[in-house]
Amino acid sequence: MASTTAHSAGAADRAGNARLGGTLYRGDPGMWSWVAHRITGVLVFFFLFVHVLDTALVRVSPNAYDVVIETYKHPVMVLFELGLVGAVLYHALNGIRVMLVDFWSKGTKYQKPMLWTILAIWLVVMIPGSYYLLVKGFADLFGGS
Amino acid sequence: MSAPTTEKPGTDDSRNDPAAPPPAPEGSVVVTVKIRRYNPEGDADEPYWESFDVPALPTDRVLNLLHHVKWYLDGTLAFRRSCAHGICGSDAMRINGINRLACKVLIKDLLAGGGKHTTISIEPIKGLPVEKDLIVDMEPFFEAYRAVKPYLVTTGNEPTRERLQSSADRARFDDTTKCILCAACTTSCPVFWTEGSYFGPAAIVNAHRFIFDSRDEGAEERLDILNDNEGVWRCRTTFNCTDACPRGIQVTQAIQEVKRALLFRRV
Repeated sequence: MASTTAHSAGAADRAGNARLGGTLYRGDPGMWSWVAHRITGVLVFFFLFVHVLDTALVRVSPNAYDVVIETYKHPVMVLFELGLVGAVLYHALNGIRVMLVDFWSKGTKYQKPMLWTILAIWLVVMIPGSYYLLVKGFADLFGGS
Repeated sequence: MSAPTTEKPGTDDSRNDPAAPPPAPEGSVVVTVKIRRYNPEGDADEPYWESFDVPALPTDRVLNLLHHVKWYLDGTLAFRRSCAHGICGSDAMRINGINRLACKVLIKDLLAGGGKHTTISIEPIKGLPVEKDLIVDMEPFFEAYRAVKPYLVTTGNEPTRERLQSSADRARFDDTTKCILCAACTTSCPVFWTEGSYFGPAAIVNAHRFIFDSRDEGAEERLDILNDNEGVWRCRTTFNCTDACPRGIQVTQAIQEVKRALLFRRV
């Protein structure tokens, strides 16, 4: 019977490269992708919650709505915008990865390459995206208008 | 799989008196073994870390270091081991933060580079109640295992000869026959840590072994058991189980196959 084992000769054991620390479980990259998926999911949920509330305000009083939306134009909000884009993008990309793991017969085999791929896409989008957003934020904050 | 045996220090004090250590073998380096200890009858209520300096050869396994500690430094150290060759599944523990069998991890893979001093941390597996030092209560784990009916279920008269099966049918569940019930996968699962009622990867692996066996007729029954809140749907595909399995079983893949069987094959 082909009972080859995972940690066979050749490849060094992953238990080797440990940093000292508490009792944290040093899980598979898949675990950390799941942790990040949870965190970004909660962040997006809170955004949607606030977004529903502020939009609903227009029914209460259009003036109050205008006042609230005006506060969002503060340059510091660029950081929140950036965080939101990052969270939604990661959650969406990893969501596709999780769906492929669930429904594609080779999904579990390629879970790590898929994770590296979505992280690469995330960086490719976020680096120029944050550059333009931050430049705009700084210009609004310090440039005067 | 054999029933794990327990190395418990006797009540007789003389048995706990460590012998004089043998001379350190040539080529050995001294490493620090940091062990998460707990004694329910001791003064400390909480688990605590204790470090031992042990001479180790690169070809030693972590289990050899534990033996050195128990035999020559502190006879009260309690841990399970039986065959010491990666078959019985007794000595699963958390080594440097991940679940491994102590008898399969080589010291050469744990040595710090650049001649720096090496510290190896060893903790009991997570999510099961600790009884003493590295020994946990495995009963919740075996309870989940028994719940999936991990034995051949058939109806009708027994054949007078073997139950024949094609190579292709045998290959269908080959991977999940390798399980040694060491609990490394189940106790690496974040869902199992927080939801102790989750069946856990090992039980699902052993259900998979019979669900996809062409000779077995209990698949529907097992799928029903696993089609539960605490069954396969609790799996969040974190892949910790696949990484932890000392037998190289593609655990997450097996769980996904059971999920897909529930989704598509059954009406």
